[in-house]
Amino acid sequence: MRRYIIKRGVLLIPVIMGVVTFVFLLIHLIPGDPVDMMLGETAQQADREMLRTRLGLNDPIHLQYYKFIKGIVRGDLGDSIHYNRPVLEIIIDRFPATLELTLGAIVIAILISIPVGIIAAARQYSIFDNSSMLLALLGISMPNFWLGPLLIIVFSIKLGWLPVSGMGGLTYLILPSVTLGTSMAAILSRMTRSSLLEVIRKDYITTARAKGLSELVIMVKHALTNALLPIVTIIGLQFGALLSGSIITEMIFSWPGIGRLTIQAIITRDYPLVQGCVLFIALCYVMVNLLTDLLYVFIDPRIRLSE
Amino acid sequence: MKMNNDPLLSVKDLRTCFRTTNGLARAVDGISFDIPAGKTLALVGESGCGKSVTALSIMRLIQEPAGYIAGDRIIFQGQDLLKLSKRKMREIRGNRISMIFQEPMTSLNPVMTIGEQIMEVIQLHRGLSKKEALGLAVEMLNQVKIPDPAIRISEYPHQLSGGMKQRVMIAIALSCEPDLLIADEPTTSLDVTVQAQILMLMKELQQKEGTAILLITHDIAVVYEVADYITVMYAGRAIEQAKRSRFFRHACHPYTTRLFESLPSMDKRNEQLSTIPGRVPDPTRYPEGCRFADRCHLAFDRCNKEDPKMRFIEKGHSIACHLENAPAISTATATITRKTEGRATYTSSPLVSVKDLKIYYPIRKGLLKSIVGHVKAVDGIDISIGQGETLALVGESGCGKTTMGRGILRLIDITCGTIHFNNIDIMHISGSKLRRLRKDMQIMFQDPYGSLNPRMMVNQIISEGLISQGIGGNKKERDNIVKELMDQVGLDPGMIHRYPHEFSGGQRQRIGIARFLAVKPKFVVCDEVTSALDVSVQAQILNLLKTLQQREDLSYLFITHNLSVVTYIADLVAVMYLGKIVERGTIREVFDTPGHPYTQALLAASPCIGEDGRKKIFLEGEVPSPVNPPEGCHFHPRCPKVMPGCRKVYPGQYSLSETHSTRCWLYE
Ligand code: SF4
Ligand code: SF4
Repeated sequence: MRRYIIKRGVLLIPVIMGVVTFVFLLIHLIPGDPVDMMLGETAQQADREMLRTRLGLNDPIHLQYYKFIKGIVRGDLGDSIHYNRPVLEIIIDRFPATLELTLGAIVIAILISIPVGIIAAARQYSIFDNSSMLLALLGISMPNFWLGPLLIIVFSIKLGWLPVSGMGGLTYLILPSVTLGTSMAAILSRMTRSSLLEVIRKDYITTARAKGLSELVIMVKHALTNALLPIVTIIGLQFGALLSGSIITEMIFSWPGIGRLTIQAIITRDYPLVQGCVLFIALCYVMVNLLTDLLYVFIDPRIRLSE
Repeated sequence: MKMNNDPLLSVKDLRTCFRTTNGLARAVDGISFDIPAGKTLALVGESGCGKSVTALSIMRLIQEPAGYIAGDRIIFQGQDLLKLSKRKMREIRGNRISMIFQEPMTSLNPVMTIGEQIMEVIQLHRGLSKKEALGLAVEMLNQVKIPDPAIRISEYPHQLSGGMKQRVMIAIALSCEPDLLIADEPTTSLDVTVQAQILMLMKELQQKEGTAILLITHDIAVVYEVADYITVMYAGRAIEQAKRSRFFRHACHPYTTRLFESLPSMDKRNEQLSTIPGRVPDPTRYPEGCRFADRCHLAFDRCNKEDPKMRFIEKGHSIACHLENAPAISTATATITRKTEGRATYTSSPLVSVKDLKIYYPIRKGLLKSIVGHVKAVDGIDISIGQGETLALVGESGCGKTTMGRGILRLIDITCGTIHFNNIDIMHISGSKLRRLRKDMQIMFQDPYGSLNPRMMVNQIISEGLISQGIGGNKKERDNIVKELMDQVGLDPGMIHRYPHEFSGGQRQRIGIARFLAVKPKFVVCDEVTSALDVSVQAQILNLLKTLQQREDLSYLFITHNLSVVTYIADLVAVMYLGKIVERGTIREVFDTPGHPYTQALLAASPCIGEDGRKKIFLEGEVPSPVNPPEGCHFHPRCPKVMPGCRKVYPGQYSLSETHSTRCWLYE
């Protein structure tokens, strides 16, 4: 087990290095002079020079790279031009909102998809199975920028049950989480169903039936625990989609999270902040995938007990 | 009132159907039998005859809506199981009737400890507390003779060997002291020595608890060892039923007798085995008359028109056949009379000669994958095989016989040793020369399906070798050769454009044979080629291999764990244990006067018809891991004749005759 964990950890190093390098190059990959882009063509030469020095753009590129990495290691991502505050501080400010939103979305997705997947698998080809899987197909293909406004129109404007936008109590969380979680719920339902269908054909499920256990116990205790591996994998992979989805969702619902921050940073051409946000989102993704790998250890004794 | 002499289980006209795309498959179509309390009934038949479906029907585990039980009654302890509610049925399952399955490897839940899996059923049916259940689970593991039960209980299935897993399955099945145990091919995937242990264990527990057993098997020899009553199934029905003593002397349904005749044995060495042509009828379209008619060698007019009903021909013996005086099996075919001579001559210069062959696999550990040891899969083996000769390599799984077979052909890397083929040193020839020699040395596998490319048609598969060896000029010529080959191995040449999945297991094995025949080899390694086949099909393949050998003067290295196949096909035999050959000799020498205690135990463990009161030697334990073989004689931890010296030094080779030798300190 220890070897497995170390291996996973070690494998992350090149991934993180790649992400960091990409984010560093971001500012140089954009065509044209970044300073021009930030200040506009009409800016004064003196202002340009000042910004150039502040961003360190006058240094040779390897030195810039070195400083960038040194900064990251020290937790210094530079200062935001727009807010005039350290980038890391702003991100830490905004992070809880995004965390709340994505966790809300995951919880909703799991709460819907696991039971749906179980029932659909237990009653394969039944009306429930067919209709839920059709709905799931719909859910996968429904874009956030369409679903979000639709939900706002129905539940906030027409019915007046839930607030239109902004962040506050639990009621504010419902619509954005549903918007964000729908496609994940749809994908997870299908995954849960197919993964369970594969497991219930296994011999040990027949053994469980031969023991006289009820179908519910068999499904949850014997089948689901074995089907969990692919389900967890999908949750981990879908997390990336969730992060990118949160950008749009946060815009729609004026949710004060990282997603909206990123868009604002792009609009205001606040490069250090863009870099910080992209880096942060990418690292979140990497971390979640590490976490799923570690979860395997708890789910599957064959991994846990391997050397 | 329930009478005491009522059978425990009485199956009456059971019919189970499955809806398939081809129509309704009547998998079980009117079978009846009784099992008295505390007795064993064996349900025998070839694959696809409906044995397992019968078992699942009794448990009411047929998966609806694809399958359903159409009738009629399954009376268990006076009540009809088919009339019980689902809940009531669950109270019986795992409690009064329990079941064990063929594949211990996959029958246990991989993410639960074996303790949890035993306790689950105890808590469910016996209403015990967790602590009491734990105690009972340990006790059960003890009963099924798992060493260190208190430790083993918290292990996961993947940490146990196949034999151990089957013991756990038995522990689960017996933990509620059921009245009936259904065992569906419980030992088929196990080695003979482990099979003997498991059968013995089941018998012991049966005597202690008075459990009745429904044993489902295709192995008539196993039936001989354990059954009290026998029901032979064919095409969804019982076709013959009798008590054991009567069955093994007077079984007379043409299908049953043919099954007996198709069993390979030593005294049939010089003859072709009887086979049953054709295939089991499609369960969606049974013929109107006798279902065996198109394969029966005794069929007559009436058979095609009228369906034979089960009728008594003697008290306690019934058959479904129109023949008035169906000839019974001759006891001679059922008993192994050891009289024929095995071919024992090493030809002056053998075709294949292997000296001191070693195949070690490095064991790597740690992040840097440094080598910390070696698995000595093959550890210094000498063999030689003459032209036209068959050498059988036998031993339990994990002894290295498959590695050996591949090593000889240089399909895997060899650590050291020399291999001469036709006097050419194939260890030291160039790659291109080796490739040219390959045509003379072929291999055939156990799983023909796995070794045939599913996306290639038969003609492509067979002609592959022709192309690589430049035989046959164009496609048309090659197709003609392929057709001829198919004809030779008994495949319809009209099927030349079919894909492997369209063939049955036996037919696929024939494709495998045609494939190697295409390149006219001199030497073929046959790796468990008949293990996955039914006996009647096995007989066909063995006949074919033998005929071809005589015609083409082929040499075989025949790798198998089935000793009766060995006695039929091989001239010489080598017994392998943990990477070394412990005994070798002619078939007669090794089977009549086995020298090594391991050989003796293997022979004793193989179930055998007609050998009542044979002294059983039960081997304890299983083959140890080849990573760390025991010091000295590798067999000493299991050897019944172990002496102090055995634990120190590996014994040398001792000759018992010119051709017979063994490696055991007893003969020093
Ligand atoms: S009824 Fe006829 S075809 Fe059927 S087994 Fe008897 S003899 Fe053969
Ligand atoms: S050498 Fe000793 S331990 Fe090995 S088989 Fe012979 S008697 Fe048994």
